[in-house]
Amino acid sequence: MKVEVESLDGFRARARAFIQANLRPVTRRAVASALRANRSDEEELAEIAREREIQRMLFDAGLAGICVPLEYGGQGLTPAHQRVLNAELRGYEYPTRAQVPTFTPCLAVLLEFGSEEQKRRHVPAILKGEELWMQFLSEPSCGSDVAGALTSAVRDGDEWVLNGSKVWTTGAWWSDWGLCLARTNWEVSKHSGLTVFIFPIKSPGIDVQRIEMLNGSKEFCQEFLTDLRIPDSHRIGGVDNGWTVGSRWMFHERMSRNSPLVTMPEGATRAGDAGATMYAIARAAGRQADPCARELIGEAQTLQVVGEALRRRIGQGIATRAMSDQSSAIARLFVGLAETRRATIAFELAGGAGAAWSDDDGELGEWGIDFLMRQAMCIGGGTTEMAANVISERVLGMPRELTPDRDLPFREVPRSRSSSG
Amino acid sequence: MLLELSAEQEFFRDTTARFLDSNAQVAELRRLRDDAAGFTSDYWRRGAELGWTSLLVSEADGGVAISSSGLVDLTLVAYEFGRHAAPGPLLATNVVAGALSAAGADKELIAGLLNGSSIGTWCISEAAPYDGLGDMVFEIAVRGDELVLNGVKRPVESASEASHLLVTGRTGDGLTQVLVPAATRGISVLPMRGVDLTKRFSVVRFDDVRVPAAAVLGRVGEAAADVERQLLHALVILNAEAVGAMQRAFDMTVEWAFDRYSFGRPLASYQALKHRFAHMATWLQASHAISDDSARAVAEGRPEAGELVSAAKAYIGEYGAELLQECVQLHGGIGVTFEHDMHLFLRRVTTARVLLGTPDVHRRRVADFVARKQVAS
Repeated sequence: MKVEVESLDGFRARARAFIQANLRPVTRRAVASALRANRSDEEELAEIAREREIQRMLFDAGLAGICVPLEYGGQGLTPAHQRVLNAELRGYEYPTRAQVPTFTPCLAVLLEFGSEEQKRRHVPAILKGEELWMQFLSEPSCGSDVAGALTSAVRDGDEWVLNGSKVWTTGAWWSDWGLCLARTNWEVSKHSGLTVFIFPIKSPGIDVQRIEMLNGSKEFCQEFLTDLRIPDSHRIGGVDNGWTVGSRWMFHERMSRNSPLVTMPEGATRAGDAGATMYAIARAAGRQADPCARELIGEAQTLQVVGEALRRRIGQGIATRAMSDQSSAIARLFVGLAETRRATIAFELAGGAGAAWSDDDGELGEWGIDFLMRQAMCIGGGTTEMAANVISERVLGMPRELTPDRDLPFREVPRSRSSSG
Repeated sequence: MLLELSAEQEFFRDTTARFLDSNAQVAELRRLRDDAAGFTSDYWRRGAELGWTSLLVSEADGGVAISSSGLVDLTLVAYEFGRHAAPGPLLATNVVAGALSAAGADKELIAGLLNGSSIGTWCISEAAPYDGLGDMVFEIAVRGDELVLNGVKRPVESASEASHLLVTGRTGDGLTQVLVPAATRGISVLPMRGVDLTKRFSVVRFDDVRVPAAAVLGRVGEAAADVERQLLHALVILNAEAVGAMQRAFDMTVEWAFDRYSFGRPLASYQALKHRFAHMATWLQASHAISDDSARAVAEGRPEAGELVSAAKAYIGEYGAELLQECVQLHGGIGVTFEHDMHLFLRRVTTARVLLGTPDVHRRRVADFVARKQVAS
């Protein structure tokens, strides 16, 4: 049976009607920063509750999971429909925290590798805002080298017992489910002994600790898994086949807001409008007419609009197969460097207030703290160095770096200075 | 360059690419180094037959666009010009033809530009310290039935070959544009030296040059919007051409990194160099993206077109030149020789970086767009 695909115009009208009737316009703050620890836990939990509510309304209105198949509660539409929704959402509230990592990479991985039962259970729950997901990927001993995971999963009858520690999970303290990469076989090479699991985060055996960043933010968490028991039905993909899942997982992570699964209103960036923010700082400093300040404002805005154009191009290139999936690393590298430059520009424009400020400095305050956090933009979500490796090796086809651990049984891989003898 | 071309656009691009493959070979570019015009009239006429000069002209004036936007189609030609470091006054002739067509000028004159039998050029830029955008001091005064032009324009592309000059100047607080035959009394053209092998620029001096009121395009003192539109067209062409040159230089350098061995391994195997290629690939894709987006914004008359075009010029101006210098560096000594082809593209990108506003001029222009939005809201 051939189902008629909803026309883009019809979809647009439907989306617009819903948005205007149900969603609140966001009041854009003049000054925005992606790096600030600027809300209390209570405020954060209230925002999350509202986002779950919006996600549910989107689901009920037939606007959740635009590119998710119909049989799992999605709309079975196309990336073009998702772009229409993104355009219509410009300037409105939307479920920010449900997007990354819930819709990508977690939902994307479930759709690609989950069992029928897993998909039927979790995909609709995600689309309804009932399940927010986190990725249990990085570990204290391995950041970029994710295949070097030490968290172990040992089979015990129909169950698995997990032990280890995961880190850099954003908001694990308010999330529901985790997607976890664990080692199930230490006698084979590192990529061959991994398996992917899922589990509810609020389980006995999982201790979630919040990490305080140097700016006071406690957004990130570290989890300690101690004899966490989960049924075999919570396994994603084959035993020891975790790297097949893991490499797609990382692709979906790099796709981030380029993913057709992600809803992201046009013009919405975590850091707001670069030009407007820089202008506000310069004006607070009485420098908005200074040619040097204007040049910095122009540079920040240039990087923003170029970054948006690049994101669209890469997204389009991957969607039409004109570019390889790995090209998403190009957007990642650009964003990391553009955001660090932007943090530097803001700091520069704030002048002396970058080091010390008082309450009446208004928009001049806090930029020094953002500057301290600057490199987070080149670290989180895969470092820019890893992106540069991916671009040179996977996009340009240059020779891979030497990896002496590739063919050793994982147990024998040197893991510290003392073990490399 | 656009990721998705229609079949007609692809055919159009490919036709120009193949024409330039045969007629703008590197040996020919080197030969033209000492040629006064920098291109042959036969080459230009044949290019014009392929549609190079018809894309900004209305259908009524004989213009032919491939898609719904002639400007976007023109970026395909400009891109191939950059990829080949091709000779010829592409920017100058197109901007003038477009301006004449928009102003309803003499059809015969436009027809000459369209068929390549004549060249037109735009006298817009001035010498420092008036070389920022909008800093013009060139004077176009009204005296009775006539206009009198006084001042110096530089650099003016292909002024020695042009039959007509489109001159932009100040009348009081407003801008005026007039079309002046190059042979008019009081005009002197002094060829300049420049970095590009085939692009020629001149200083054009106007000493009490008198033209009839009929030479005015639009109205006296009210040309600001026309000038802005021409400027956006010119910048879009310049940016697309620079991206073409960047692409070619990058492709050549990637090839070289695989071919060239040192210490028993290809350059492409060194992580220190691989990461530099990754950065270059990012600059290149970002340049493609903003060049195309800004061209589309101008074509569709979107309000943010001016901001996007200046962002494109600022970005491509800066990173285009950086990319080319990286390509030279990665080639080593051969990269700074006349024998190697890299300089053909380095010259093209270097020229594009500074024409019609350096990156810092355009960054400040972007800031002015930002400020206007903030004051308005």
